[in-house]
Amino acid sequence: MSKFKKKANVKQEIPTSSMPDVVFMLLFFFMVTTQMRDTSINVKQKMPQATQLRKLMRKSLVTYLYIGEPNKTEQFGKEPKIQVNDVFIEPKDIIQWVNTEKAKLNEFERDQITISMKIDSDSKRGIIADVETELRRANARIINYSANSKKEI
Amino acid sequence: MPRPVPEIPNASMADIAFLLLTFFLVTTTVANDKGLTILLPPPPEALPPDMDVKIQERNLFKIQINSFDALLVEGEPYTGSMRELTDKIKAFVQNNGMDPESSDTPEKAIVSYKTDRGTSHKKFVEVLDAAQRAYYEIYAANIGVTVDKWRDIASDPERKAEYNKSREGYPMNLSIAEPTKVGGQ
Repeated sequence: MSKFKKKANVKQEIPTSSMPDVVFMLLFFFMVTTQMRDTSINVKQKMPQATQLRKLMRKSLVTYLYIGEPNKTEQFGKEPKIQVNDVFIEPKDIIQWVNTEKAKLNEFERDQITISMKIDSDSKRGIIADVETELRRANARIINYSANSKKEI
Repeated sequence: MPRPVPEIPNASMADIAFLLLTFFLVTTTVANDKGLTILLPPPPEALPPDMDVKIQERNLFKIQINSFDALLVEGEPYTGSMRELTDKIKAFVQNNGMDPESSDTPEKAIVSYKTDRGTSHKKFVEVLDAAQRAYYEIYAANIGVTVDKWRDIASDPERKAEYNKSREGYPMNLSIAEPTKVGGQ
């Protein structure tokens, strides 16, 4: 009846001597690839989805702008707000902000500054259009609407 | 007489490494620097005041979205898929005067995209994606690559020549108008 051999009563041990090596390898991988977040984002960020995404190649030229409903709605209200470097700003402050960001770049590449717009998908076009008008005035005209990729249908 | 070599206990090394590993795993964020790139027009003040250029109706492909995220394409309510919209735009741009209702030449063809202040960003991106896809597919076909490959070429500053060649004769005339205030916030 019993076709199967009974288990041999020998203790099976997993060799653990190489475990530190494996773990160190993983550790180095994460140490190299990790990037510390320099700002904490205080607005809701649920990215819209799109198919035709393009990568931003030169990271040094990229500046981020966040728009969305504030996380602390009891303090700031439910209307979407604009956040740059840890603070909320109004559309009229954008020119000044762009100029400070441009001043950080080399002179010959200032007009290539790219604004990465991280906009919550529930935000309305009104506030975004106000921001765009100010960006045009500030001569920061290359913009990128951040989005997650989706399968083409 | 050889001195006794002091030994470092290495039993806990794995634990320490695991601890560090966990720290980096938790703090790491995968950088998501992808999106739809557009070039905004020059500031409103810089445009010449007599900009009343007459554009023939046939050279305009109108897309409008209201504050309820409902689409109007060429004046008709549109409920089809985004894929069909892309194909419509492609047919419009590549018409070359065949259909008297559609564009004269790809250079003259303009896709006019108008939203309302109450339109959601989600819908805006969805339709912008469809419009850009139409042009990207034309560009990719021009140099015989897939769209995914073409987007890699377009993002790479060192492959400008290929990029320019693919766009020859087909400027991306995508006009994003100032949103209307009909049903806004």
